[in-house]
Amino acid sequence: MRIAVIGAGVVGAACALELAERGAEVVLVDRVGIAAETSSRCEGNLLVSDKAPGPEADLAIHSNARWRALADRLDAERTGGQPETEFEAKGGVVVAFPGGEEALRRFAAAQRGIGIRAEELDAERLLAAEPHLSPEVALAIHYPDDAQLQPSNTTQALAAAAVRHGARLVVAEVTGSRAEAGRIAAIETTAGAIEVDAVVNCAGPWAGELGRRLGAPLDIRPRRGVILVTTPMPQRVFHKVYDADYVGAVGSGDAALQTSTVVESTPGGTVLIGSSRERVGFDEHPGVDPVRAIAAKATRLFPFLEETILLRSYFGFRPYAPDHLPVIGEDPRVGGLFHATGHEGAGIGLAPATAELVAHAVLGAPTSLDPVPFLPGRPGIGVAA
Amino acid sequence: MTRVAVLGAGPAGLAAAEAALAAGAQVTVLDEGARPGGQFWRHRPGLTDPRMQHGVRRFEQLQSALAGAVVHSGAAVWSVELREPGERGGAVVLRAAVGPADGARREAVVVEADALVIATGAHDLALPIPGWTLPGVTTAGAAQALAKRDGVSVGRRTLVAGAGPFLLPVAQSLALVGSTVVGVHEASRIGALAGGWLPKPWQLLGKSAELAQYAGALARHRIPYRIGSGVVRVLGDERVEGAVVAQLDADWRPRPGTERVIECDAVALGHGFTPRLEAAVMLGCEVTGDRRGRFVVVDDGQRTTQPRVFAAGEVTGIGGADAALAEGAIAGYRAAGLAQDDERLHAALRVRDRMRRFARRLETAHGIRPGWTAWLDDDTIICRCEAVAKRAIVERAEVPLRAMRLATRAGLGPCQARTCGRAVEAIVAEARVSATGVTAAGQAVDGSDSAAPGGGDLGFERRPLLAPVRLGELGGADRPTCGEN
Ligand SMILES: Cc1cc2nc3c(=O)[nH]c(=O)nc-3n(C[C@H](O)[C@H](O)[C@H](O)COP(=O)(O)OP(=O)(O)OC[C@H]3O[C@@H](n4cnc5c(N)ncnc54)[C@H](O)[C@@H]3O)c2cc1C
Ligand SMILES: Cc1cc2nc3c(=O)[nH]c(=O)nc-3n(C[C@H](O)[C@H](O)[C@H](O)COP(=O)(O)OP(=O)(O)OC[C@H]3O[C@@H](n4cnc5c(N)ncnc54)[C@H](O)[C@@H]3O)c2cc1C
Repeated sequence: MRIAVIGAGVVGAACALELAERGAEVVLVDRVGIAAETSSRCEGNLLVSDKAPGPEADLAIHSNARWRALADRLDAERTGGQPETEFEAKGGVVVAFPGGEEALRRFAAAQRGIGIRAEELDAERLLAAEPHLSPEVALAIHYPDDAQLQPSNTTQALAAAAVRHGARLVVAEVTGSRAEAGRIAAIETTAGAIEVDAVVNCAGPWAGELGRRLGAPLDIRPRRGVILVTTPMPQRVFHKVYDADYVGAVGSGDAALQTSTVVESTPGGTVLIGSSRERVGFDEHPGVDPVRAIAAKATRLFPFLEETILLRSYFGFRPYAPDHLPVIGEDPRVGGLFHATGHEGAGIGLAPATAELVAHAVLGAPTSLDPVPFLPGRPGIGVAA
Repeated sequence: MTRVAVLGAGPAGLAAAEAALAAGAQVTVLDEGARPGGQFWRHRPGLTDPRMQHGVRRFEQLQSALAGAVVHSGAAVWSVELREPGERGGAVVLRAAVGPADGARREAVVVEADALVIATGAHDLALPIPGWTLPGVTTAGAAQALAKRDGVSVGRRTLVAGAGPFLLPVAQSLALVGSTVVGVHEASRIGALAGGWLPKPWQLLGKSAELAQYAGALARHRIPYRIGSGVVRVLGDERVEGAVVAQLDADWRPRPGTERVIECDAVALGHGFTPRLEAAVMLGCEVTGDRRGRFVVVDDGQRTTQPRVFAAGEVTGIGGADAALAEGAIAGYRAAGLAQDDERLHAALRVRDRMRRFARRLETAHGIRPGWTAWLDDDTIICRCEAVAKRAIVERAEVPLRAMRLATRAGLGPCQARTCGRAVEAIVAEARVSATGVTAAGQAVDGSDSAAPGGGDLGFERRPLLAPVRLGELGGADRPTCGEN
C-alpha cells in the first residue's frame, strides 16, 4: 500500500515510522523538511498530570507508556551526527497557591480514578523535591509519570527511523490531489504528482488548509504560544513544576492572552518556562505582553528566577480543534484521506498513540485504544460535508 | 509636539536627535553604551591619542545639541513595540533596563513616542579561522575600541587581516598605541578593488582624503599592506604565537603553496560588519538581502516599511560614519514631521546619495566572497558560545535551519548567533550545494519562515528579545493575564 504522509512534524514522523514498520510504502512529504515548524517551536513535555479523565487522558496514558520504549529504541539506533532524544522521566510537581488547594485536590482524585499516579507531597517531601519553590505554595501533587524529551531532535530521530524502514522523504508543498471514483489517487506537489492509495494529513496548524486543498476542509486553527529560555545555571528545578491554573488554560475557549507557567530545566542547564495561549492566527509578532506575563508567574513560583537572565524567547502555533480533541481517522467525505492533527499543546506527548490509531485506521492494525472519540466525522469540528 | 525616540547614539542616532530637535520635536535618546558616540566616537579626553579621533568637532556639536533631549545612557533596550493607532499612549513603546549590565537591579525605563528612529548600527564581523579561539585573537573593532578608549594595544606584534577600508584606521590606531603592526592583509584582489574603487574616483571625494591619510600613516609606520591575502590559520598552544597567511583567489579561496608563517602575538580580524537588525525585525520592518548581507529597507526619507518607524546608519547599509550622519539627519527631520522637500534636508540628502554610491562600491570591492570556507578544518569551532565545530553543522546541514540549530546548538548560546550566524548560514548553504549539486548563489538557506507572511529569508535574525534581561526586570504584566481559575 502506497501512503503519503503529509507534514514531517512529530505527528507525521511518528505515523511514517509506524506505517513503514508495518510494511507500507511510505512517502513523507513536507514543504520545508523534517521538524521545521511546530515540533521545533514547542516544549517536550509528556504530561499525564494535566489531563482530566476523558478520551485525551486515555490517549496520553497510552502514549506515555509507549514513549519510554520508543525513546530508548531511537537512542539505541542513532547513527552519525544524530542527536539524542534527551528523554527523561523526571516526574511533575503541580502546585496550588492559597485558595486553589481544593480544586487541585479534586482534580488529582479524579485522575487517580483512571490510573494516573498522583501523590500529595507534605511540606518535608516538597522541600526535598523542590527546595527552591516559593514558600507561598499551599499544596503540591507529585506525578511520577510525567516526562520530557527534546521534541525537535526526537522528530528527526523518528523520521530517520522511518527512512531506515523504507520511507522516502520528499521536500515539496502539497497543492492538491487527483481523485478516481471518489478516492484519492494522487497528490499534486510542487515537485510533481505522487500516486497513492492513501493520504495522511499531518500538517499541524495548517491541516485545515491542507484539508481544503484535498477537498476536505477541517476547522483546525493556530493558537500561539510563547516560551522563555534562561541562561544556563546549576540545576535548581528538578521536576516539571507548574501551577494548577494550567489545567484551566488548556481547556479554555477564550481568545485573549492566557498564561500558565511550566518551569523545567533542560540537560543544557537552561530553564524553560512556558507558555502562553493566544488566538491571533499566524501572527509572527508576539510582542512582550506574553513574555512579561509568563515571567511574572514564573518568579512567583520560583523567586530566585527574578535574578535569572532571560536569554531568548520563541513561539509556535498549536494546532487546535474547536472541541480541543485531536482529530484522528478517516475523512468521511474523501475516500483514502485520513487526518492526524489538532493535538494542540500535547502533540509531542500524543504522537505514539496517534500513530497507532492511524495504523489502525489505514492498515487495520490492532489497537487497544478507542478510536471513536477522535474521528473526523464527529460533530463540532466544522467538517461540513 | 511630536515625540521622537532615537534608539542608538552613534553617528546616525546623534544626527537624528540633533535634526529632530532642530525641527522642534521632543527627543529621547537611548543607548546601552555608557556614553553617547556609538562605535565611532569612543575617545576619552586625556586618554585617547588625538590622531585617532575623527570628526571630534562634529561630535562636540552633536553632544551640545543633546542638551535639549532626554538621554538614557547605559540603557539596554530589550523591546520595541508598535501600538495600533486607536490605542492610548504613543505609537511606539520602548522598554529598557538602565544601569550596569552586571549590576544589581537595573532601573526600568519605558519610553513612548510618536515616531522612532532605529540607529542601532552594526557589529564588526570576524569569520572563523582555525585557531581563532586562541587568546590574542580579537575582532578588528575590539582592537580599535581598546586602542581608542583605553590607549592599549591587543598585542606587541599585531597582524591585521580581513577586508575593507576599516582595516586601515585599526592598523593606524594599533601603531599609535605602540604595537608593531606586522601587516595588513586585505582579502580582496586588485580586480575587485579596481572594480569598486577606480571607475568613478570623483565619488570618493572626501573619503579619499581620509584614505590617503591612512595610507600615509601605514607608510610612516612601515606597515606592509597586502591585497588578495588573508590569515588562514592562527598558531599557538596557550595563546597566539603566529599566523599562517596565504594568497586568496578572487573568491577568497586560499591558493595552495602560498602559505607562509608570520610571527605575532595578536591577530585582529575584520571581515565586514553585521547590522544589528533585531529592533527592526521585532517591529516587522521589511529587511532585504540574504545570508550575504541583510539590511533594513528604507525609502528616500529613511522611512521603513512600518509607519512612523525610520532607520539610519549601518542598519540600512555599511557606508561609514559620514553616511550614518547624513542618513541620521534625514531620519530625524522626517520623524519630526518635516516634508521630504523641506530645504533643511537638502544638504544631508546630497551627502547621503553620494555616500550610498560609496557604500555600493565598498561592497563590490570588499564584500565577503564564498570561497572563505575553504580555510576551515572540520574541527574548527564556528559557534564559540556552544563550542560547535564545522563538522557538526555540515552533518545536519540538510535539515531545516530551526531543527539544525536545536540539534547542533549552533547559535543558541549567549550571543544568540550574533557572532556566528553568518558563518553558520554560509556553511549550511555550501554543504547543501555540495550535497545537491545545485549552485545556489544567494538562494534562501532555509524556508523555515515560509509560513510567516512576509517572513522572507531572515536566517538567524529573528531575536524576540533585543538584549538580555532578568526575569525580575520585565516588570510583570500590564493587565491581569491569569488562566481562568
Ligand atoms: C509554545 C508551545 C509549547 C508546546 N509544548 C508542548 C509540550 O510541552 N508537550 C507536547 O506534547 N506538545 C507541546 N506543544 C504542542 C506540539 O508542539 C504540537 O502539538 C506538535 O508539535 C504538532 O505536531 P505536528 O506534526 O502536528 O505539526 P508540525 O510540527 O507543525 O508539522 C506540520 C508540518 O506540515 C508541513 N506542512 C503544512 N502544510 C503543508 C503542505 N501543504 N505541504 C507540505 N507540507 C506541509 C509543515 O511544513 C510542517 O513541517 C506545544 C506547542 C507550542 C506552540
Ligand atoms: C567595533 C567597531 C569599530 C569601528 N571603528 C571605526 C573607526 O575607527 N573608524 C571608522 O571610520 N569607522 C569605524 N567603525 C565604523 C563606524 O563606527 C560606523 O560607520 C558608524 O559608527 C556607524 O554609525 P551608526 O550610528 O550607524 O552605528 P553605531 O556607531 O554602531 O551606533 C549604534 C549604537 O546603537 C546602540 N544600540 C544598538 N542596539 C541597542 C539596544 N538594543 N539597546 C541600546 N542601545 C543599542 C549601540 O550601543 C551603539 O552605540 C567601527 C565599527 C565598529 C562596529
